[in-house]
Amino acid sequence: MTRQWHRHSPGERLGRLFLSLGIVAALAWAVRTVEIIPEFLADAPEQMADLLLRMWPPVVAHYYPSVHAALLETIHIATLGTILGIALALPFALLAARSICPWAPLRGFAQLVLVSSRSVNSLVWALVFVAVFGPGPAAGVFAIAFRSVGFVGKLLAEALEETSRGPLEALTAAGAPWGSRMLKGVWPQVQPAFWGIALFRWDINLRESAVLGLVGAGGIGVVLDDAINFFQWERVATVLLAILAVVVIAEVVVTRIRARLL
Amino acid sequence: MTAPLLEITGLEKEYQPGRPVLRGITLSIGAEGMTAIIGPSGTGKSTLLRCINRLVEPTRGSIRLRGEELTGLRGAALRRARRRIGMVFQEYNLVERLSVMENVLSGRLGHVPLWRAWLRRYPPADVERAFALLDAVGLPDHAARRADALSGGQRQRVGIARALMQSPALLLADEPTSSLDPKTAVEVMELMARLTGEAGVPVVVNIHNVDLARRFAGRIIGMTGGAVVFDGPPDDLRDHHLRAIYGGEDWL
Amino acid sequence: MRRAAFPANWPLRLALLGLALYALWATAQLGITGERLATGMGEAGRFLARMWPPNFARWELLLEGMLESIQIALLSTALGIVLSLPLGLMAARNLSPWWLRGPVRGVIAVCRSLHYVIVAILFVKALGFGALAGVAALTVASMGFVAKLFAEAIEEISMKQVEAVRATGASGAAVLLYGVLPQVASRFVGFCIYQLDSNLRNSTLVGIVGAGGIGGTLFAAFKRFDYDFVAAILLSIIALIFAAEVISGRIRQALR
Repeated sequence: MTRQWHRHSPGERLGRLFLSLGIVAALAWAVRTVEIIPEFLADAPEQMADLLLRMWPPVVAHYYPSVHAALLETIHIATLGTILGIALALPFALLAARSICPWAPLRGFAQLVLVSSRSVNSLVWALVFVAVFGPGPAAGVFAIAFRSVGFVGKLLAEALEETSRGPLEALTAAGAPWGSRMLKGVWPQVQPAFWGIALFRWDINLRESAVLGLVGAGGIGVVLDDAINFFQWERVATVLLAILAVVVIAEVVVTRIRARLL
Repeated sequence: MTAPLLEITGLEKEYQPGRPVLRGITLSIGAEGMTAIIGPSGTGKSTLLRCINRLVEPTRGSIRLRGEELTGLRGAALRRARRRIGMVFQEYNLVERLSVMENVLSGRLGHVPLWRAWLRRYPPADVERAFALLDAVGLPDHAARRADALSGGQRQRVGIARALMQSPALLLADEPTSSLDPKTAVEVMELMARLTGEAGVPVVVNIHNVDLARRFAGRIIGMTGGAVVFDGPPDDLRDHHLRAIYGGEDWL
Repeated sequence: MRRAAFPANWPLRLALLGLALYALWATAQLGITGERLATGMGEAGRFLARMWPPNFARWELLLEGMLESIQIALLSTALGIVLSLPLGLMAARNLSPWWLRGPVRGVIAVCRSLHYVIVAILFVKALGFGALAGVAALTVASMGFVAKLFAEAIEEISMKQVEAVRATGASGAAVLLYGVLPQVASRFVGFCIYQLDSNLRNSTLVGIVGAGGIGGTLFAAFKRFDYDFVAAILLSIIALIFAAEVISGRIRQALR
């Protein structure tokens, strides 16, 4: 009898079959129940082309003064928000790391805080803070900060758990108090990861800050919102290009700094 | 005879209930010289050492350092006790990204306040002492180098300097030469024996190389199965003792 | 001669000092004063009080919105993955000729640079209100992410394995299937799961600008000061994201 070769065992094949069926079923349900009006779909390419045409050419004259000032405000919001977010994230990251905090309930609480912060989008945080502080960049800074806590906290906690215990053990054996142990035993190990995470989040926050103005939290989103509502499409194009430029420059800066860190 | 520095009485450790790793160890360590603990892997040598500075919690028994009971200490009292016990590790346990100087000075972290450590404004006397120790271990020009740029033997020297920086009453060395090549191992043992002899600090060292133990230690303790089966000067250590400790014939 | 114990790291010190000074200046520029913060704290207290207890009375509306968001996430992820496969292959430096690689990488970069909400606004203007705009916007966002990571993963494969398959005389498609894809398959699945998570998060948002899903309900509730309904919606969103993270974590464990 010839021996047969199968790539997957029968159990695996059954599992893969179920998975594929599950995915197809989910997609089929989604397609059938989502309300998409067929006329709109057919119209789509034409509408897109029309919009793009109206946005061309972008008018550079619109840049000063309002777009420039708003762009600077956006950068401030992003940077301050990142700094505040990191500061707020630090204690929760320490509490959430198994290697630092041995009590499971406290760790669970910290994880819960971090997940909640992550699940609420920066735009929603912006809505909340606009209700609290009133419209303006203050709301934006806090929105960015509160959203960043979950992201930075989670990645930082993971980096903390990956530190090697040996040096920490040596400092414990020498009788160093908790603060000195963390400062000299743990911090030097997570330093590169910390800066990497901080830069990564700052980059994302720059993108996020650009849209917060749509709900009134300051920055270039306000200018964009106005331009869209008044159908000033060339202005919209200028704003979009400005945002694009800032994002690209930021990425280059971040890549350079990361190269120097490592 | 002077009072013993370290008195261990009835020390027992069970990582899992019912399976003791240390069975009722009773020992006295005097205030001088090097004591080597030999024995097969897993026999509790490392556990014994780590019970002394409480990196491992003893299940039962008493450990007294200069009359002070170590087993019940917590918090600040435990830290104060640990300051008097220096430890050298098999994997060196240096903070890799910090400089050699910072690693040596971290031996004083139990004494300097946090802000000094953070701003790196250690007391000048400590800094002078650190330089002197670096000279003594043979690394005079390495103060500013990063710890991970050093070889294994060099790192262990820094580890010894760090431990001695504490001006300890007792030095524990947990397999200090197991990660080193034979030549470097001898150099490190020689250095440790000389420096601790000069400073008058007694050493308890875990080692599985019997020749090194015989060469450098004034007293050898042989352990097997969690109990002490030999305790005496190196000259008294005979083949039948080694067979009792390690089992087997071929390696003798 | 005294040796220096700690050589001073001037670039780092100056950088940190610069950062601190910037933070102070920027705060002043934005007009954030202690007074504003203090009033804000008071407002925050009142705000939180109005959000409690969360009001699930209009749960049908809530459910409808959540389901629509999930649909948008599923469809945009699927579409994004399907489009990212060829895009990623075309953008990889080791597989694609320069005249193809350049433009494709440009397209992927543009997809990534604009925030998905802005893209959603544009699609709403072009395609009208509703889920279609949301799906389109998140598909673009997915392409920007998955295609880029896919291209990077392909660039990291061992070309020797590909060469070996090519040497057997296999066709281009077979070379891809046997030489390239097996090396990147597990990482690719990882990206897809991450993107589904991300799209789930973002799909709850695009409704704010009219692109369908619970975001619209949320925005309306905010405007009407129905803060207790807002709380209910936020809790549902958090629960959904949390569940998704748990599930995707399990899937990742199973894949390892």
